[in-house]
Amino acid sequence: MLNYLKKVELILLLLLIFLSVFLSYTTDSFLTLQNLFDILNNQAVSIIFAVGLVVVLMAGGIDISFSIVASVVQYIVVTIMILIGGGNWFLGICLAIIIGVSLGFFNALLICKFRIVSIVATIGTFNLFFGLLMYFTKGHSIYNIPDWLYEPIPIIDVASGNSNAILYLPIIVAVFLVLITWFFLTRIGFGRIIIGFGSDLEAARRSGVNVFLVQFFVYGWLGLCAGIGGLMQSHIVREVVPNALYGRELDILSAVVLGGAVLGGGRGTVWGAVLGVMLLAVVQNGLNLLGITPFAFKLIVGLIFLVAISAVNIHRFLPLKVVNTRED
Amino acid sequence: MNEKNIAISAKSITKHFGDFTALYNVDFELRTGEIHCLAGENGCGKSTLIKIINGVYQPDPGAKFSFEGKLEKKQILPSDAKRLGIHVIWQDLALFPDLTVAENIIFDHYVAKPFKLINNKKACSDAQIVINQLGIFLDPRSRVGDLSIAKRQLVAICRVIHAKARIVFMDEPTASLTKKETENLLAIVRTLSSQGISVVFVSHRLGEVLDICERVTILRDGKSVGTFPTQGMTQKKLTSLMTGLDIELTKRNNSNFGPTVLELKNLSRIGEFEGISFSLRKGEILGLTGLLGSGRTEIAHAIFGMTKATSGEIKIDGEAVNFKSNVDAIAKGIAYVSEDRLRLGLDQMQSINMNSAVTVIGKLSKPAFFLHPAAIRALCTDWIKLLKIKVSNPALPVSSLSGGNQQRVVLAKWLATKPKIIILDSPTVGVDVGAKVGIFDIVRKLSDEGMAIILISDEASEIYHNTDSFLVLKSGRISFSMKTSEVNEEKIEGIINA
Repeated sequence: MLNYLKKVELILLLLLIFLSVFLSYTTDSFLTLQNLFDILNNQAVSIIFAVGLVVVLMAGGIDISFSIVASVVQYIVVTIMILIGGGNWFLGICLAIIIGVSLGFFNALLICKFRIVSIVATIGTFNLFFGLLMYFTKGHSIYNIPDWLYEPIPIIDVASGNSNAILYLPIIVAVFLVLITWFFLTRIGFGRIIIGFGSDLEAARRSGVNVFLVQFFVYGWLGLCAGIGGLMQSHIVREVVPNALYGRELDILSAVVLGGAVLGGGRGTVWGAVLGVMLLAVVQNGLNLLGITPFAFKLIVGLIFLVAISAVNIHRFLPLKVVNTRED
Repeated sequence: MNEKNIAISAKSITKHFGDFTALYNVDFELRTGEIHCLAGENGCGKSTLIKIINGVYQPDPGAKFSFEGKLEKKQILPSDAKRLGIHVIWQDLALFPDLTVAENIIFDHYVAKPFKLINNKKACSDAQIVINQLGIFLDPRSRVGDLSIAKRQLVAICRVIHAKARIVFMDEPTASLTKKETENLLAIVRTLSSQGISVVFVSHRLGEVLDICERVTILRDGKSVGTFPTQGMTQKKLTSLMTGLDIELTKRNNSNFGPTVLELKNLSRIGEFEGISFSLRKGEILGLTGLLGSGRTEIAHAIFGMTKATSGEIKIDGEAVNFKSNVDAIAKGIAYVSEDRLRLGLDQMQSINMNSAVTVIGKLSKPAFFLHPAAIRALCTDWIKLLKIKVSNPALPVSSLSGGNQQRVVLAKWLATKPKIIILDSPTVGVDVGAKVGIFDIVRKLSDEGMAIILISDEASEIYHNTDSFLVLKSGRISFSMKTSEVNEEKIEGIINA
């Protein structure tokens, strides 16, 4: 397992470095602290979503409702905070986690208890959550968000050129979630249980693994990440737009799959997912800086995704050479 | 007589599922360190008995269990089974392909202590201790998904040993192993037994059973026929005890062949087989044997147009052919019954009707492109009668049939194309002894009616009794080519495994 995934991570890392070097030479602004910090600030939310999603994929499931879960969390948290007269970061994060995890549990309930295949269940909840959100908000955005959420919180502030390059809070939250997820996936037995579960559910069941617990954990964890990510997103854009994250789920999914996670389970790493997000982000950034028409963005991102996925899977297309691979 | 300790004794075990009696008043006794066989045809209650002893099912009241002469119990709970070291290695092994060998072996530790920090070095050294105990070679760091089936089997054994197993049930452990791999496995089973671990073997391969086991308990229709020492037991006697019938294997006797219908000249496909030449006449049965992976199935695929040979010639009725795909091959009168009946041969969820008509569904459609259910049913009914398929209702999914009857449906589906040549790839894998004989009766009848048949099999007895001549393959080449009448069964066995 490890070798294969390390290879994926290595290929992605090399691609990322190659692309960065290329952009550093061809554009003036790529290799500036300002631009690099901008990329990180912009990708913080995607990274938060990706580390949640990679856990679900490794456990053999899939969830496409998380972007809507994030939107629902944003809306409810901000509305409640306004109702109670402002609130603060602590209350906001707690509430975001509670709502996010509950919606994740709802997905897990449909999948375990009602035996609905995960993609079908989450297509259902995707539409259900989004429908409810649009119905109750009538599509109205909230521009007047509480002050604590409105004020950017700089973490690192470096003078760069005529202005300052600043890293904001969301990226620190993302790093924190990356580290926690990496820790429980690779450093404790529970991570092996998740991989085993995604690798062969029946074998896990027979080994005495509590199937419900694992399912609730992985969808709950994605719900938690979606909740926190949603709140961070509204912090960055300083408003709540109900359909702002609609469609984000597929971008994140492609980034995580690019990072070596397999639909069907058992494979994937947190670093791979992060690299996948960063690679697609740098491509997008590069296209911007190179002055390529935005109408071609999706086309090029799609192509790069397919090329990168093929590069990672190249060994499967090469013809077999040995006569008898079977050992005596 | 030295009295051995009794590892487990189960008495008066009865189990009902609704109205169905799966087991009735069965006794089972296992000695410490014994290699014991549990034999019987599919559906005789073997799995139910294993699941009761393993704690998955609870028996009806009245059962009595004792362990090493003490500890009387009325039932075994899963926790009891774990504490007493009773483990089952099911045929699907229940391993995790994406984890390493070491991680698979110590997986129970993760489940017991999910929040404990992982120590990969210790995992590898713990696994290595078990691997050494069995005297085998496995790299604890390799990924289980990359291993051969035989090695995965070893990982599964290591896993139960690591869990301190005292009693191990092995469900069809040799079904997908080659002869050599089987011998390795049997040697390991003997090692286990010498270390005081009792092993219960469930296998369809009776030769193996007699070879390795000390005693055999036979179940038939949920009742125990008895427990017998294997000393002095013959395959024939075992078969008749299992089936309740006297099955006499007869030798095919036919020398009435027509003209050559299929000829291969120096057929090669890089990486698969090389320089294969043979001819097949009308009414002839040609055996194609050799170890798994020797190129048997690959040659069949080339004849059937599923792959292209890189050089050489295939002639049908004296005419060289060049199939683009198996559609052309079917049109030329070739049928291929694949070795994987469950996955490739049948669509398990579809009805028996549909499965038997699927190869000719286009021809049966009237008007074109519209299914003609009456014609499909009529065709299926004919074949059910001709092949004596035991079916309660042809509209049921084909998965409702037993292995032997499923194989007959596969035959029906191909015979419906009215082939001149039929290739049977391991047609009796996982089929009961009684049902095997029935399938070969059909095969012989087909050849008497003039069909040319290629029989792929790794069982010497099948080749000996049912072919006119046979080829032995080794690493993609023909190593022997003989008339079946010139050799005996033991010799064939020897050549295959040479």
